[in-house]
Amino acid sequence: MDSSRRRILQLLGVSALALTTKPVFNAFAKEEVAAEAEAVIKAGAKSLKAKQWAMVIDTRKFESEADLEPLVEACHKIHNVPRLQNKRHEIKWIWGTHYHNAFPGKAAQFLAESVEKRPFLVLCNHCENPPCVRACPTKATFKRESDGIVFMDFHRCIGCRFCMAACPFGARSFNYRDPRPFIAETNKEFPTRMKGVVEKCNFCAERLALGQLPACVEASKGALAFGDLYNPASQVRELIKTNYTIRRKQTLGTEPSVYYIV
Amino acid sequence: MNNKTLIITGLVIFLIIVLFPFWYMRGKAAPAPQPVLTPMAKAAKACVRSTEYMKSEHMQLLDVWRDSVVREGNRIYVNPQGKEFNMSLSNTCLDCHSNKAEFCDRCHDYASVRPYCWSCHIENPKEKT
Amino acid sequence: MLELAIKGGKKYYGWMTFLMVIIGIGFLLYLKQLDFGLGITGLSRDVSWGFYIANFTFLVGVAAGGVMVVLPYYLHDYKAFGKVTILGEFLAIASVIMCVTFILVDLGQPMRVLNVFLYPTPTSVLFWDTVVLNGYLFLNIIIGWNVLEAERNGVHYQKWLKPLIYISIPWAVSIHTVTAYLYCGLPGRGFWMTAILAPRFLSSAFAAGPALLILCCLIIRRVSSFDPGREQIQSLAKIVAYAICVNVFFFLCEVFVAFYSQIPEHMDHLKYLFVGLHGHGAYVPWMWTSMILMLIGIILTVNPITRENEGVLAVACVVIFLGTWIDKGLGMIAGGFTPSPLHEINEYIPSLPEIGIALGVWAMGFLVMTALFKIAVSVKEEIRA
Repeated sequence: MDSSRRRILQLLGVSALALTTKPVFNAFAKEEVAAEAEAVIKAGAKSLKAKQWAMVIDTRKFESEADLEPLVEACHKIHNVPRLQNKRHEIKWIWGTHYHNAFPGKAAQFLAESVEKRPFLVLCNHCENPPCVRACPTKATFKRESDGIVFMDFHRCIGCRFCMAACPFGARSFNYRDPRPFIAETNKEFPTRMKGVVEKCNFCAERLALGQLPACVEASKGALAFGDLYNPASQVRELIKTNYTIRRKQTLGTEPSVYYIV
Repeated sequence: MNNKTLIITGLVIFLIIVLFPFWYMRGKAAPAPQPVLTPMAKAAKACVRSTEYMKSEHMQLLDVWRDSVVREGNRIYVNPQGKEFNMSLSNTCLDCHSNKAEFCDRCHDYASVRPYCWSCHIENPKEKT
Repeated sequence: MLELAIKGGKKYYGWMTFLMVIIGIGFLLYLKQLDFGLGITGLSRDVSWGFYIANFTFLVGVAAGGVMVVLPYYLHDYKAFGKVTILGEFLAIASVIMCVTFILVDLGQPMRVLNVFLYPTPTSVLFWDTVVLNGYLFLNIIIGWNVLEAERNGVHYQKWLKPLIYISIPWAVSIHTVTAYLYCGLPGRGFWMTAILAPRFLSSAFAAGPALLILCCLIIRRVSSFDPGREQIQSLAKIVAYAICVNVFFFLCEVFVAFYSQIPEHMDHLKYLFVGLHGHGAYVPWMWTSMILMLIGIILTVNPITRENEGVLAVACVVIFLGTWIDKGLGMIAGGFTPSPLHEINEYIPSLPEIGIALGVWAMGFLVMTALFKIAVSVKEEIRA
């Protein structure tokens, strides 16, 4: 034969293809129906429900950064957020900053003195039109249909950090190294994260499932209100109706769910 | 050396290397893994699902649990026997099976499986003091 | 045909060994990064993309630049380029391999990269970038290999290659457009939110890619008996001239829009890059150097006297390659992230291990490119004999 090598390669190719038919068929084959009854998955009885969770922060109730500390501590403690010395690697889910940093578009040379001195609490806004969710290539970051929380699946995250580039609010942190050595007191009920994944505020979904409000809301002694944006009777709607509220970078159209009473 | 000698020598060396596990362990076999149940696990008598099911499908079950908790927000699992469980590796599974080294690791080490679950879902031995 | 890559003289093996040493060092550094995490780089919470992604962005442009030899030959029958299309295609292959590797070394969890295919997300530009980059890689491998093999055997390439070649032309434009779309659709980043980002990417690509190709052609003429041709090099140089002019023009448009409108959101990033902001100005010398380099490049390539002098042309190409690398690589990425969305400045400087890993990836790309060019040039030499 004058093209025997080509024949061998063709034969090998066809054989390889033939060997894949059984696994492919298996993949499509119907599963054996189990003899026992099906398991059922449901929400807990006490779990809180909403169409879109939202938060109203009454910034007038905070005077200095020290007032925000209990809220930040509450969140970072129960979520095992590490405290890293190197500022480049810092991880924060919620923190306090100045008006000019929280609302850069509204910066002004002359500002009300109280607003100038007041600390502003910033966190993930759980936007209704989140650009981070659009950006994520694996749906590791997604918006939950059940309650509107922009949630993270740390198992699926490939650490590409596209969501961090997409977030207009700087709400996301990346684990540049193993966080475990930097956690002072591990809360065993909540997992820590591993190096190489992005993380951010999750509106305390694990507490909502048990009928509890988010940790920062509970620690705020009434300064923070939390509720369903689409329930006209909720506390957040009431506060929005009776106070002038602003949101961060409203002109971008991401529809943040965190409102600020200034 | 002509080609024939080279080829046969190469083949013999190859066979020695490839069959290493067999001739090195001739006659002996590693013992089957024996996971140990904690007193709490023994007292519970039944796991979330049957032992056979858990042996072969516990990873698939954990995947289902993860997707339900993370993506749907549902945290309660009602097994076919009607018992309710909170779908959590750290708080449900490892609550009963708190002895990872004598339970989980026994089979994982035998099968040379290294799941990275333990990076997050277990106590923090590196905790800052 | 692969056997042609392992038959070479002392200089060839010397060069490949040198590259392999750099690759080895880069690989060891990468193992350290896998162990420790991306913390060994200079990246931070505010600047979460840096040197790796900067090089990736630049190299997508170089890969797209290969189309500048394919287009005139296949679409407009510019016969002169027939000699060098294979070089453009092989340059594209090496560049795309570097791009994909830069993405992989940048990932926090690279073992999970297949999640992008297991959970395809059409709303994510990154997903599309993966698709188009891999598609372009396969297109160039299939086209380049088959056309070269046909040439070696003295026959016309197979007919079914023609549609693939035609597809590869808009596909080349698409890879860089999609890469630009990674940036220009993000609402929080004012520096990137400009419609001209994609055209600017393409113009700098068509300057950098052919510039590198010219340099390769001049080297090939030195080290082998294959002469890509003076006319071919001059045509490429004219393409580079136009492209670099357009690139600088587009940049000046950006400057006008930002500073005539006086909108802080848009001015701040350019100010940070070119004059420093709030006491931070590490990039200022780099950006001005880039502008001067590109200006010199314009003068040398537009002026026929300097362009036709191949020694001066080589200098012009180096200068243009470096200038566009600084502008599109370092400047664009760091400038986009600084100041942060909260108007804070955390300056990003790549760390030494980061640079080491990046050099390893570049060396790997040059290794692939050298091997492929060796094959192409050997075939051409064979035919001549």
